[in-house]
Amino acid sequence: MTEREIMARVEAQFGAKVLRSYEFRGQCAVTVKPEDLRAVLTFLRDDGETALDALMDVGGVDYLGFSPVDGSGDDDREWRYEVAYQLYSMGRNHRFRVKVAVGEEKPVVPSVWDLWAIANWMEREVWDLFGIHFEGHPNLRRILCHDEFQGHALRKDYPINKRQKLSAPAENLLCAKVEWA
Amino acid sequence: MSVSGHDHTTVRPLPSDLLTLNIGPAHPATHGTLRIQVQLDGETIVNSGCEIGYLHRGFEKQCETVYYQFVIPYAERLNYMGPVNNSNAWCYACEQLLGIEAPARAQALRVITSEMGRIIDHAVCIGTNLVDIGALTNFWYMYNYREKIYDLYEELCGARMMVNYPRIGGVSQDAPDGWFEKLLRVIDEMQEAVGDVRNLVERNRIFMDRTIGCGVITREMALSHGVTGPCLRATGVPYDIRKAQPYWGYEKYQFEVPTAEGGDTYDRTIVRFQEMFESCKIIRQAVASIPGGPVMVDNHLVALPAKDKVYNTMEGLINHFKLVMHGIQPPVGELYSATEGGCGELGFYIVSDGSSKPWRVRIRPPCFANYSTFPKIIQGKMVADAVAALGSINIIAGELDR
Repeated sequence: MTEREIMARVEAQFGAKVLRSYEFRGQCAVTVKPEDLRAVLTFLRDDGETALDALMDVGGVDYLGFSPVDGSGDDDREWRYEVAYQLYSMGRNHRFRVKVAVGEEKPVVPSVWDLWAIANWMEREVWDLFGIHFEGHPNLRRILCHDEFQGHALRKDYPINKRQKLSAPAENLLCAKVEWA
Repeated sequence: MSVSGHDHTTVRPLPSDLLTLNIGPAHPATHGTLRIQVQLDGETIVNSGCEIGYLHRGFEKQCETVYYQFVIPYAERLNYMGPVNNSNAWCYACEQLLGIEAPARAQALRVITSEMGRIIDHAVCIGTNLVDIGALTNFWYMYNYREKIYDLYEELCGARMMVNYPRIGGVSQDAPDGWFEKLLRVIDEMQEAVGDVRNLVERNRIFMDRTIGCGVITREMALSHGVTGPCLRATGVPYDIRKAQPYWGYEKYQFEVPTAEGGDTYDRTIVRFQEMFESCKIIRQAVASIPGGPVMVDNHLVALPAKDKVYNTMEGLINHFKLVMHGIQPPVGELYSATEGGCGELGFYIVSDGSSKPWRVRIRPPCFANYSTFPKIIQGKMVADAVAALGSINIIAGELDR
């Protein structure tokens, strides 16, 4: 399937729940609300046609102050953040991207760590660098920055040259279950 | 059975507490700054936790503050064991964003430099992994030829490790006279050396006993954890982006995607050996069929003009000035570009606002996904097995922590 066909399939299935569809250089993406994220991802994974069985990447984007300079006018996003899920189908060899729109006042997204184990660490990274909370995540600790770090480094309002020192390394890294680690 | 009045069948083992032990962050076996905390029952690992981020340089944040072309040297510091693979991948991602294509000769040069990068990446991985489990000889074989590959890079562009060779729209310079012949000679010698090392370990009783069944990543675990590269192929999934979604003309070259079934340390090592041979094959074909022509795209929005134009024409001077001062400006859009790096799928997710600096650069580091399996695969194993497994996953801290 081409990415455009996958996008059409998602739009037919979810209708108005798709906030925005997007195509650029042959790559397609849909943006959905956090409450619909798990349904869309589960559909794409389990549907026989799309079979997007591998989650390759989870990455946040902060659109604070985003203004395209191509003359198309200001950005019309009503949300500040997006989290992009890059999906790949091992069997059918196609890719697709699902994005979730996250508001500034309540940056909460349901976790998908039970669907793909990689989401565990990837979501920890998005939490660490963007401050987006993942509901249902068993071990939502910082992963790249240290535990005493204040703020979230990849937010656009975090200064580029700000440094924060760690007073003492973390004592305990162990979780109750190894699946959560 | 009873000896001197004691019934030994009812004797219980000595009571013992669990011991918490930190491995790293500065430990020779971690090959970088990783911290692993393990909980031991005797010598058996019952629980573990990993802490990463010791080498976090804020790469993604830094990318947002510089022009697209200035990211090329930064990208090479991701997987510093095969640096050119990353910068080639970054330039390819930018070209996709711009909607341009590098000339055929530049693409072939990218294939050659990337496969050289893959060979030295695997050479270091195998060499150091074998050192960790007590086989020092192989390390010298591998590093000897890694050095010769570095010499070739030096001759190509003046730098050895962090070569800063590719450019958005092509490569910085063509290969010097006689370079390809030297390359083929080194590749022949390298292949022989790799074959020697493989013969030393492939059917080696000690090595096999030590690594078979050690650090097993099952196929289900690999797919769920987004494991890619040799670690995934060692579980029997033949996923290689060079085959699945070819770029730079990889579809023209005949090569196999080696796989194994067990997913353990032994299989990962053997898959890497075979991949090095396949890379040698690809390099020979690429050299034999290298097309002529320019190595940089003919597009004044991307490529710097020739020096005689800069010095002798007003248009050339302005063009040079604009590109240096204002940078390359891709259209507004976002794109995910994946290539096969040394450790697996190296992805760049770029969001462009149309200015000369990327709005957001997200790197999908293969090591990050591969390493997330680590607490699971060392569960119930010994500390020494954890060290052997760690080396065979090929963790590059520069890429893991960014």
